[in-house]
Amino acid sequence: MAVLIDLVLLAMLALTALRVIFLKDLFTVVMLFSIYSFLSAAIFVSLDAVDVAFTEAAVGAGISTVLMLATLAMTGRTEKESEHSSLLPLIVVFVTGAALVYGTLDMPPFGAPDNPIHEHVAPRYIEESPKEVGLPNMVTSVLASYRGFDTLGETVVVFAAMIGVITLLGVRRIGRQEEAETTGFIAHEVLRTVAKLVIPLIVLFALYVQFHGDFGPGGGFQAGVIAAAAIILYALVFGLSPALQVVAPKFLMLLAPFGVLLYASVGVYSMLQGGNFLDYNQLAADPIAGQHYGIIIIELGVGITVFAVMLSIFYAFASQVEGANIK
Amino acid sequence: MMAGFYTVISANNLVKKVVGLNIFQTSVFMLYISMGKVDGGTAPIVADGVSLYSNPLPHVLILTAIVVGVATTAVGLSLIVRIKQAYGTVEENEFQNKDDAI
Amino acid sequence: MFILDIVSSLLLFAGVFFGLSGAVGLFKFPDFFTRVHAASVTDSIAVLLIIGGLLLQTSFDLNTAKLLFIGLFLLMTGPTASHALAKSARHGGLLTLAETKAEQKEKAN
Repeated sequence: MAVLIDLVLLAMLALTALRVIFLKDLFTVVMLFSIYSFLSAAIFVSLDAVDVAFTEAAVGAGISTVLMLATLAMTGRTEKESEHSSLLPLIVVFVTGAALVYGTLDMPPFGAPDNPIHEHVAPRYIEESPKEVGLPNMVTSVLASYRGFDTLGETVVVFAAMIGVITLLGVRRIGRQEEAETTGFIAHEVLRTVAKLVIPLIVLFALYVQFHGDFGPGGGFQAGVIAAAAIILYALVFGLSPALQVVAPKFLMLLAPFGVLLYASVGVYSMLQGGNFLDYNQLAADPIAGQHYGIIIIELGVGITVFAVMLSIFYAFASQVEGANIK
Repeated sequence: MMAGFYTVISANNLVKKVVGLNIFQTSVFMLYISMGKVDGGTAPIVADGVSLYSNPLPHVLILTAIVVGVATTAVGLSLIVRIKQAYGTVEENEFQNKDDAI
Repeated sequence: MFILDIVSSLLLFAGVFFGLSGAVGLFKFPDFFTRVHAASVTDSIAVLLIIGGLLLQTSFDLNTAKLLFIGLFLLMTGPTASHALAKSARHGGLLTLAETKAEQKEKAN
């Protein structure tokens, strides 16, 4: 039964991806990509990867789609015909695809519990993490505690992306009150009312996801993206200038490094207490309580950074769209 | 996966290339997650009465990969905006010619 | 509890039927505004029926509250999305089928 659901979802996924190749209307291509992202989130749920599904739905179908639409607003809707023939790319793709399929023929059967991937490190995580870390959500305990250094690197990568985007595009400063009337949906009463109802709920949900990441799917990344989505909704409905006044770009530029600093200082503090870098056992008298403190603080750091970065990137793109003055 | 690869290589418009890249990335994630599934197991959240869990390690790696992917997409899209402002077009054949002309 | 299972299956089937009819309508209807109406059927009535069917499967615990919240949120945002779509199309100058046909008749005369 579950196999049937998987097959149907995969077939829809393949159809969506194939359709993307042949379309010239880029707006439709971006929408199809968003559908592809949602379908893959559904497949992740059916493959028992609930945290990944959450992140993929929030990030892929949320932020990526918004950024692509903002880019399209500046670069134009349709793609022109290409001049070179498509024979060579087709051959390359066929050869690569055949090599990949040949490689997968060698793989162990799908889902068997004694695959090599389940042999070495994973049983230790599954058995020891309730005793050593004490959190129900094993993915969070692996992400934040056992592989905490990787997560620090990931946070720094996200921060570097913000630096890159701001360097390339620049962010508009607050001011220019007279432009508040040209953006935003003034006549859309229904949209404004519903947005006023929904935005606090979204922020509340982001906080819930942030702190509930220890017990269920969730954690810092998803919470940061959802909170950024709330402010993006505000900016889209009420105009960019009010949003710039509510959450100023300078504030975000302070917030993003603060999150990374919080994360790294937890590591330095645990070194000062006599352990290794990011060794949470040193943070409190009881090692398990130390683990809990450490994980909560670094997830907070990650959430703050991701929120600030996503929102700054959106502000950078939106300032460009307004400056371009398209219809 | 191959559809995404094909789009990256042969699309003329740069935005479509980025979309193809993202499709490629997402299908690679699916490949990794499918390796971690255990038949009859549940999501890796400790609950009473459950003894068989799916492998949490691929989930962690793919979480990192998704976020890094969106960071790369953001930087790539801002590069495209800059290219548009510098060359006036984002079609590959058009701005290659302009590049030779400069 | 058997009657509860039957009622919940009936609700789920009805929800799926409305979802399918919304999808079929998306293809078959002739005009943009009628298609938006077909899509909004999945937003409103299918959501109600499917969540109602799922509610009967829970045993009045935290999952019930979560399902109720999800249903409430979808009921608030789904119709708003269809409304926003239709209103922007109207604002952009899109004409309904009747108006398009009237315009073509005027041009022919």
